[in-house]
Amino acid sequence: MPELIAKPALAGQGALTLIGTTLEPVDLGPITSVAVFPGQGKAVDKALKPLGLGFPAPGSMQAHGAARIVWTGADQAFVIGVAAPDFGAAAAVTDQSGGWSALRLSGPATAQVMARLCPLDFRPSAFGPGRAARAQLGHMNAVFWADDGALMILTFRSMARTAWDECAHALTSVAARAGV
Amino acid sequence: MRITGKGLIDRDTQVSFRFNGASFVGHRGDTLASALLANGVRMVGRSFKYHRPRGILTAGSNEPNALVEVVEDGQQTPNTRATVQEIFDGLEARSQNHLGTLRWDLWSLNDLAAPFLSAGFYYKTFMWPRAFWEKLYEPAIRRAAGLGRLSPNADTAPYEKAWASCDLLVIGAGPSGLMAALTAARAGADVILADEDFRMGGSLLSADEQIGGAPALDWVEGVLAELHSLPNVRLMPRTTITGAYDHGTYGALERVGLHLAPDAHLPRECFWRIHAARAILTTGALERPIAFPLNDRPGIMMAGAVQTYLNRYGVASGRRVTLYANNDAARNTARQLMAAGVRVAAILDSRPDASSIEDCPVYLGAEVLETHGRHALRAIQGRHTGGEFRLDTDCLAMSGGWNPSLHLTCHMNGRPRWSEDLAAFVPSEGAVPGLTAAGAANGSFSTHGALASGHAAAQDALKHLGRSAPDTPLPAADDAPYRLTPLWSVKGKYRAWLDFANDVTTKDIVQSAQEGFTSVEHMKRYTTQGMAPDQGKNSNVAALAILADATGRSIPETGTTTFRPPYTPISIAALGAGGRGKTFAPQRFMTSDQASRDRGAPMIEAGLWYRPSYFPKPGETHWRDSCNREVAYVRHAVGVADVSTLGKIDIQGKDAARFLDLIYTNTFSTLPVGRVRYGLMLREDGLVLDDGTTARLGENHYLMTTTTAAAGLVMRHLDFIHQTHCATWDLRFISVTEAWAQFAIAGPQAQALLNSVLDQPLGDFPFMATGPVTLGGVQARLFRISFSGEQGYEIAVPTRYGEALFRDLVARAETMGGGPYGMEALNVLRLEKGFITHAEIHGRISAFDIGMARMVAAKKDCIGKAMAARGGLHGPAREQLVGIRGAVEFGAGAHLFTKGTRIHRETGQGYVTSMCWSPTLKEWIGLAFVVNAPARHGEVMRLVDHMRGTDVEVTLCNPVFFDPEGGKLRA
Repeated sequence: MPELIAKPALAGQGALTLIGTTLEPVDLGPITSVAVFPGQGKAVDKALKPLGLGFPAPGSMQAHGAARIVWTGADQAFVIGVAAPDFGAAAAVTDQSGGWSALRLSGPATAQVMARLCPLDFRPSAFGPGRAARAQLGHMNAVFWADDGALMILTFRSMARTAWDECAHALTSVAARAGV
Repeated sequence: MRITGKGLIDRDTQVSFRFNGASFVGHRGDTLASALLANGVRMVGRSFKYHRPRGILTAGSNEPNALVEVVEDGQQTPNTRATVQEIFDGLEARSQNHLGTLRWDLWSLNDLAAPFLSAGFYYKTFMWPRAFWEKLYEPAIRRAAGLGRLSPNADTAPYEKAWASCDLLVIGAGPSGLMAALTAARAGADVILADEDFRMGGSLLSADEQIGGAPALDWVEGVLAELHSLPNVRLMPRTTITGAYDHGTYGALERVGLHLAPDAHLPRECFWRIHAARAILTTGALERPIAFPLNDRPGIMMAGAVQTYLNRYGVASGRRVTLYANNDAARNTARQLMAAGVRVAAILDSRPDASSIEDCPVYLGAEVLETHGRHALRAIQGRHTGGEFRLDTDCLAMSGGWNPSLHLTCHMNGRPRWSEDLAAFVPSEGAVPGLTAAGAANGSFSTHGALASGHAAAQDALKHLGRSAPDTPLPAADDAPYRLTPLWSVKGKYRAWLDFANDVTTKDIVQSAQEGFTSVEHMKRYTTQGMAPDQGKNSNVAALAILADATGRSIPETGTTTFRPPYTPISIAALGAGGRGKTFAPQRFMTSDQASRDRGAPMIEAGLWYRPSYFPKPGETHWRDSCNREVAYVRHAVGVADVSTLGKIDIQGKDAARFLDLIYTNTFSTLPVGRVRYGLMLREDGLVLDDGTTARLGENHYLMTTTTAAAGLVMRHLDFIHQTHCATWDLRFISVTEAWAQFAIAGPQAQALLNSVLDQPLGDFPFMATGPVTLGGVQARLFRISFSGEQGYEIAVPTRYGEALFRDLVARAETMGGGPYGMEALNVLRLEKGFITHAEIHGRISAFDIGMARMVAAKKDCIGKAMAARGGLHGPAREQLVGIRGAVEFGAGAHLFTKGTRIHRETGQGYVTSMCWSPTLKEWIGLAFVVNAPARHGEVMRLVDHMRGTDVEVTLCNPVFFDPEGGKLRA
């Protein structure tokens, strides 16, 4: 059996830059869900320590080097960008790498674009570094976090095309306003 | 007519536009109304009911008369207020509500019939014969009544919806709002200042007065420049706050591109939802008309509007203007007109004791009793304390005092308070939590009062926000007292209009009271007063006063009107933005999507997913040809189908087995590792929720599959049960539907195909086994399960390899005499085998009904078990699953009747849920639910489909048509 070709959901989709704001699909590498079993918080923190991370508080994320850990729900977070450490029996670990499609939105109009898609306030004053959220993107569930001056958006892989279309439409619309 | 040297329009930029087919020229900064007035156009529409000529009444969003259609290529926007619409090059507008031309409207005959067309006319007249209402009366009335016409074409222009957040929302950018925004902005608060006008400044744009010793306009420009420079301030012109909602949320409509020629990407409008910690209402006040006889002719305008057209647009609304007022403030209009060189015929002051010292004749104790002019005002006549008068005049500027624009304070059921001093309603404090009214909106009518109360409201808001206000000095401004004597109506021979937009006169209100509709809410519905696009902004308070008079009560005793959102009309296109076409719902694509489309497969929607219906081949003329071929692949060679849409839930923890025992009717704690079991789950009410297989991957690790349709539903159910029944259990679960691409491989050649792709050939792998495999070095999961009755496997790979594996499997299957199969074939295969889907477990079905009562384990409890034991959910009277077979085609949804009985709803014995042509059995088969079905196998029943007109005979049988012993599954 020859090797299977791996293909991301938005294969071939280039970046869209308007009014200094860029929307682009990104490959985040491995994504692993870590769900802490009752009473195992300390053990999970210990396992995360070599990555320079701890288990994030609700609505937050931590970054260290290429590694990210993003809160995604009650007692649940995604380890992103690196292979997950061994949590033993302290957490339920699930590979989610192919299940999500990531978009990166950066530039001065980021918050204005997001204001068309999500009820949360994404201005840097309200959603700065270290913030994460589960919220809607249009009609889709999404994971958001502020990362290195950009906003990261995760949606279900099957909905990647719709997520791209909606974000691109909002950016185009905001850019059209800037032209008035 | 333009007046040189006046106005804030850009005289250097000419703008050409069309109205009723004629070309006109205006200037940038003009509204359609100001440009039409400047061009001498006075009649702009016809009234709602009587089709009387109507002109421009106001200069704001409350305009009841000057409603026009804005026409674009294939589109028209009706009821556009000419007083709000800015002109742009190429704007095309036309008047509405007339048959024939605007000047010669055939429907104006209605006006001659006016004595019969009073309030309640329809209700009293069109009662008999009863059948005529729908066929004759209503269509005729609808044709004659109503205002603009909608385009029959769908609106394809872009619209958008958006959210915004702030510490303080200031609603209205007049003196009070500007002062409030400036005070809060200097304190560092995050401020949004919204104003419905395209230029901020409110009444100061129309006034000729001083602030801080300089022209008021200089102060406005200075404040706006400072606000614009601050990063914590967002100015939102052309934005109307339309509603106040819970938790500091406000709805707002922004006219983004309506003042420009249409653009493919620029939204026409944006509907905002603004979240504000505090809000200040500085919406000013609306001048009220006086209901004197024949007060609706073009040329009769609000005094404040005449002042606005003069000072802001440099337009004289008439050549010989008369002022009719009951207050001091309105006299400024006459003085400023005279100063600009416009002739003022007279000032008619209704108060006998007012001052008569002006540079024009002043009649005190005046009443206008009659007006003249067919298409526009020519003359008026009336009486005053010194006798009678008749004046030639082409513009009558009226002012009956002012009503604070307190509408938003009523949106959460707050009731305004009557102020005897102002003879107006003022906002009640705290009517909307977090919102404070200031300025004229709160009854402070002088510019000084507006500045001071805006400043104070901002300081109060800052205190709530935990910020301290820096020292912002209050500039000196006019502080003239507001003096008026109420004047609601003038009695005379002729009709006197209250609600111009809906053609409601004082007579209608009096008649309403006489006929017993004395409650203001009843009066409103009986007369339609306040129900037009202006929502009673010009007429509510006066109508209330006249109702009070007619019923011998005071105004506060009579009640208040209810203002509901929206403050001004909102287009449905703006509210529905983001929900049109593809944006209505997300599209979910499988990894095999492109491969299926490449093969010409028509895609059908399954929930949000798109799945291939069938894979046509050259020469096939009917979908059933393709379907039959694909069924044969599975029955005789091997078929491949993408089944990734089924829900997959990863369940882990020491209590995972216990949890599954609670969720499923049958037992999963006894399932060995490496095995799969079919499971049935019930809702709490005991009816079937979903079914599917669950695999045990490890001691504390399960993988549940759900149906495609119920994937989200089951996830929600698990979350709910976890949180409410067993929150402390050692248990975690997460959806992995999207992480795995899964393909069914079914048919006698299934194992051969599988072995051709696996790195290691498959060893002993019995029916209902599961285990890890690798292909091309990729870790995959294999399940031996079947939804077709043939030897079947499902192989799952990480999603990124899905497309590659699908294309590869299909190519290999084709080499082996098989190929891909779609939803149609999948359905036929499962029906031949009697497997159920949500067509069968549709929400009213118990485990008993589908013959699975014994799957509800006796030894343990499960969700829904107690409720499923209720008497009504089992027994021979229940409609139960059965197979049906017939010689001719029938349809799902048909009903079944015992032969020889009457075909009637009450004699129905059951219904068909699924059907297909079985190429394997060469007959029509289906699944149905029939009363006491297991005892009736072999019975011939009558199948009637009222919708399709089918009436045929079918035979009841075992629902498993094909290989009932299951030998092929286990082969």
